[in-house]
Amino acid sequence: MNILTGNDLATGDVIWWTGEDWSLHVDDAVDVGDKGEEIAQAQAAARNVVVPYVIEAERDGTGIRPAHIKERIRALGPTVRLDLSLKPADPSAGNWVI
Amino acid sequence: MYRYDQYDQAMVDARVAEFRDQTQRRLDGQLSEEQFRPLRLMNGLYLQLHAYMLRVAVPYGTLSGRQMRMLAHIARKYDRDYGHFTTRQNIQFNWIKLSDAPDILAELATVEMHAIQTSGNCIRNISSDQYAGVSVDEVTDPRPLAELLRQWSSFHPEFTYLPRKFKIAVIASPTDRSAMRLHDIGLELVERDGVVGARVFAGGGMGRTPMIAPEIRDFVPFGEIVSYLEACLRVYNRHGRRDNKYKARIKILVHEMGRDEYRRQVEEEFAHMKTLGLDPPLAELERIAAQFAPPPYEAGLADEIDLSDRDFAQWMETQVKPHKVPGYAIVNISLKPIGGIPGDASSAQIDLIADLAERYSFDELRVTHAQNIVLAHVKKADLHAIWRALEAADLATPNLDLISDIIACPGLDYCSLANARSIPVAQKIAQRFADIDRQKELGELKLKISGCINACGHHHAGNIGILGVDRKGVENFQLLLGGSGAEDVALGQIVGPGFDENGVVDAVEKATDVYLAHRIDGERFVDTFRRIGMAPFKEAIYA
Ligand code: HEM
Ligand code: SF4
Repeated sequence: MNILTGNDLATGDVIWWTGEDWSLHVDDAVDVGDKGEEIAQAQAAARNVVVPYVIEAERDGTGIRPAHIKERIRALGPTVRLDLSLKPADPSAGNWVI
Repeated sequence: MYRYDQYDQAMVDARVAEFRDQTQRRLDGQLSEEQFRPLRLMNGLYLQLHAYMLRVAVPYGTLSGRQMRMLAHIARKYDRDYGHFTTRQNIQFNWIKLSDAPDILAELATVEMHAIQTSGNCIRNISSDQYAGVSVDEVTDPRPLAELLRQWSSFHPEFTYLPRKFKIAVIASPTDRSAMRLHDIGLELVERDGVVGARVFAGGGMGRTPMIAPEIRDFVPFGEIVSYLEACLRVYNRHGRRDNKYKARIKILVHEMGRDEYRRQVEEEFAHMKTLGLDPPLAELERIAAQFAPPPYEAGLADEIDLSDRDFAQWMETQVKPHKVPGYAIVNISLKPIGGIPGDASSAQIDLIADLAERYSFDELRVTHAQNIVLAHVKKADLHAIWRALEAADLATPNLDLISDIIACPGLDYCSLANARSIPVAQKIAQRFADIDRQKELGELKLKISGCINACGHHHAGNIGILGVDRKGVENFQLLLGGSGAEDVALGQIVGPGFDENGVVDAVEKATDVYLAHRIDGERFVDTFRRIGMAPFKEAIYA
């Protein structure tokens, strides 16, 4: 699937397109098919998201997993500070990235 | 230490006001990202992997306790309670909100700090020796010159849009603690017949095409250095490749044009520059130099230290260096606890270090290019108390210049340009060699890791260097051996095919085994490598 990501303009947070709005959680992302560019342009013009772009991802039993490690790190947070990640309570969260 | 005059302060304050307005216009939608991006970069604000990142300038790595405490305050109030000290002797905050950035810059301005020219194709933070002013072997304190060059380069209209970023290092001792010849321009202050001047090296740098800067002039009198640099930059600005980002650094120009031709053009320009009266009057040089006058050291202090506590003695042996004034010492604070993140310090640690500087080191700190902190003027009688305080804060790891004193860039955990993570590799290597006796047995061994070819982690200059690359979406690590960023400057050579994360840790261990098997009388790792060459290492590593 193709999903749309970017950073929130005011906070810099990594965000994911849910079909209507933006979420902090990659699992909320929707498949944008081939409409990614179009949505990205409209959203960038609305100016609440910085440099939105489309990436490839997969849905598995646990949620949505971006294809590239860089995007998985963006989705999770730094693998070396799980306390600062989006899964601070899960000691094995880092494994999701690799 | 340099204190702002009214012009410095007015400039910084004006910049904060300007940026506040620009930010507001971006948030209101009056500016697009394309319009705003260059403006925020001019104020050190990047968009990184997880958030905005702010790079704050620490000119030549020197700062006061009050400034250090402000960094802790910013980490606590606006970030996630820590900061990252970098190889450019700066600090970076990784979790900044754009909407907070103007307030942060305003708070920094209250302690004479800013983020101007920490990004962009301009003259960046000028780096220097962390032992400036106190090392036993220096000709003079290099920082008055570094400060003069800071003032010359800040907002220099001709050099605000160079072909690429430009980095200058100034040292004044034959021991190079600044990787001087791996800068676009390196200056080494020397004394000839009682006159101080600079040896000038141009066209060094790391990144994709690493080069060691050749010497282009063996002496420029102190009072003419500004004109000389103006000439160097002007020739670069005129001929530097603007058509190709990867060929735009001065190292490529000097290499392609040839050192002699570059020098010829610089000399021609210099002859012209000298007639323009650009060099500062003596009074201005004296004004700046006076700000770096030695602190009021006490005379007649005792030199003895009680070393009966083994842990303290261990720390003394690695972290404490001789000071030029009797009764004093230089303390190196390790930001490399075993398994920690190289260069990271929590707000509480930053505050503690600020306290120690105020109490024990004439209110002065240095950030080192190896991502550690230095207290430069400590009474020997206070060393034990300092060690106790550092130990309680996990800041007393006795590993300076040993294998676990690793330089590592933020890598793929934070950096949007990265190909692989650097920090976990640093952590695994430090853990593999955690035993401090084993580290001391290996002796001086500088290990440096970058997460991509940009080489922010100085991997080219590592005795052992590691470079993260992307192999079809999987992290891969290349090993380099034999580099040095010191006065015996050398570029590391790639050993062979890369490894995965655990594989590269094993390869590092094998390299140290080869060294131990071959070393003779007091050779450091890099000496043995130079004597026996790559072959035995390669053989053992790929066996
Ligand atoms: C925030 C993310 C960073 C970005 C986007 C970034 C970007 C870059 C780039 C593009 C280069 C290559 C320049 C060239 O050769 O033309 C570079 C080199 C370098 N960076 Fe960074 N960097 C970052 C973080 C850091 C950090 C954290 C440090 C210090 C630890 C650092 C220190 C350096 C150094 C020392 C070099 C080599 C300079 C040279 O070859 O002259 N950078 N950086
Ligand atoms: S070397 Fe590459 S990965 Fe590391 S900080 Fe620099 S740009 Fe980022």
